[in-house]
Amino acid sequence: MTDLAALVGAERQGASLLITRSRLRLFAKATGQTDPIFVDVAAARAAGHPDLPAPPTFYFSVDLEAPDPFEWLLEAGVDLGAVLHGEQSFTYHRVAHAGDELRTSSTIVDHFTKKEGALEFVVTESRIEDTEGCPVATMRQSAVIRRAA
Amino acid sequence: MELTIQAGAVLPSLEIPPITRTTLALFAGASGDHNPIHIDIDNARSAGFDDVFAHGMLSMAYLGRILTDNFSVEQIRSYRVRFAAITPVHGQPTCSAVIREVRDADGERLVVLDLTVALPDGTVTLTGEATIATS
Repeated sequence: MTDLAALVGAERQGASLLITRSRLRLFAKATGQTDPIFVDVAAARAAGHPDLPAPPTFYFSVDLEAPDPFEWLLEAGVDLGAVLHGEQSFTYHRVAHAGDELRTSSTIVDHFTKKEGALEFVVTESRIEDTEGCPVATMRQSAVIRRAA
Repeated sequence: MELTIQAGAVLPSLEIPPITRTTLALFAGASGDHNPIHIDIDNARSAGFDDVFAHGMLSMAYLGRILTDNFSVEQIRSYRVRFAAITPVHGQPTCSAVIREVRDADGERLVVLDLTVALPDGTVTLTGEATIATS
């Protein structure tokens, strides 16, 4: 297996996502979100939005639009069954809405181990922009890889 | 009841019904996270788990509903969590938020929330914080 520490500084494959109303409604259904602002265009507009707004964690989905979003782990020889999500953060620059097309560019920014190497952490920072190149959100996520003892 | 914006104020908690396999399937499609460990028991077992378990991002999305229930989505400046424990299928998370501090910065009033998701047996599955600009 690849030394994951050597991945720090590497760019990960980016992705893009055209946000649709139907995708946002499915996300609302899956997360039990019944606030009409997130499912009803008229309610969203009455609240001052141009269309349905993306909920706070939806931006995570942009990165997952890559043809194989876990490829970078698989290429490093990591078994997906050994990967957990450690931490996740979002910093918001503006709210995206249905109709917006977003894209990500991601860099692996950190690597460290815990529990005497039994847990390995790989931290990725992703910048999410609209098609004009204006920042929408910045994400940081850590993947935790459980190492067999 | 109007939320009082001051340190120590507790926001109404959000009790989620038991997470079904259907919910996990829907969330896999909605979020784009198709990792089979969350939707395919054969895959979960081959990885050493007894059963499938919920996506961490599903709990983060539930917890995010506390934010959007109490504030406008455009007021949220940052939102971060640490996933502390796995949420099994049929788990019943309860999402909680407490105002840690209110401070003024750059002409804005910032509200910092301490966030928690826990299961009925007391297991804390997620801890986090969010910063909201209220004016």
